[in-house]
Amino acid sequence: MDKIKLVEATQIKTNIPQFKPGDTINVHVRVIEGEKERIQQFQGVVLAQRGSGMGATFTVRKVSDGVGVERIFPIHSPRIAKIEIMKEGRVRRAKLYYLRKLAAKQIRQKTSA
Amino acid sequence: MTGLLGKKIGMTSIFDEQGIVIPCTIIEAGPCFVTQIKTKETDGYEAVQIGFEDKKARLVTKPLIGHFNRSGVTPKRLVKEFNGFDISNIKLGDEIKVEAIFSAGDSVSVTGKSKGRGFQGVVKRHHFGGGSKTHGQSDRVRAPGSIGGSSYPSRVFKGQRMAGRMGNTQTTVQNLTVVKIISESNLLLIKGCVPGHINAYVEIHKKLK
Repeated sequence: MDKIKLVEATQIKTNIPQFKPGDTINVHVRVIEGEKERIQQFQGVVLAQRGSGMGATFTVRKVSDGVGVERIFPIHSPRIAKIEIMKEGRVRRAKLYYLRKLAAKQIRQKTSA
Repeated sequence: MTGLLGKKIGMTSIFDEQGIVIPCTIIEAGPCFVTQIKTKETDGYEAVQIGFEDKKARLVTKPLIGHFNRSGVTPKRLVKEFNGFDISNIKLGDEIKVEAIFSAGDSVSVTGKSKGRGFQGVVKRHHFGGGSKTHGQSDRVRAPGSIGGSSYPSRVFKGQRMAGRMGNTQTTVQNLTVVKIISESNLLLIKGCVPGHINAYVEIHKKLK
């Protein structure tokens, strides 16, 4: 297993902030348009984290113009420039898929202390 | 084809420059040593025999110890012949490193022994469709169907695909791409999967251009 870690060590990020499902985070994503590169922000609630090592991902959900949008990011992706924790949540589940069915007000209630 | 011998370490994924995930197999390829050089004069054809991974000397038979002594190489577990090397600048006992043979972007084929699956039915072993779950059927879901007519040919043809032992056979996967080489630790990263279980021995052949 050590040799797998050796390969992963070149790309694995060590300075990722500790966030958990229920937190509201702001993900700064590098978007490449032709030759230009810019930063796009995606702010929402963390629904789930899964996997380990290079394969680890997390899911962020936000409601944009009344339409729910979910994005799954690989944690160690070089396309993620920065992750900010906007608000810490307090939830009793590891996977918050039930939030999809709830209204904004209920989500606030469910994820706050 | 030139090539090397190696050992499958496992799989992981890495990101390319654009941030796209590439699934990779890690192969420990080498260090390999030249154990014999076959020439036109002595053997009728040209080839280089290389050995990979040390074996305890007490487990090696006397004839093989003599064979390894001739090239000054410690006894090796795996020995194979490759026929693409340039014989003129290779000496007995030379170490062949990964970076000397492969570079990132190369197209390779990998040969190894596939994982043994045991005794398997026709649905898994030969991708048969099986029978219908409904329409009053019972016990026919994974059955092979008819294997030959009763009046003609009134026998089963040779080679009829049936249930049996699956896997644990030599398998080659072609047109794989070398993603990266880590020369300090003799590691080779190949896009996609290769035959065999973890720690299985594999041959990596470089594709002719």
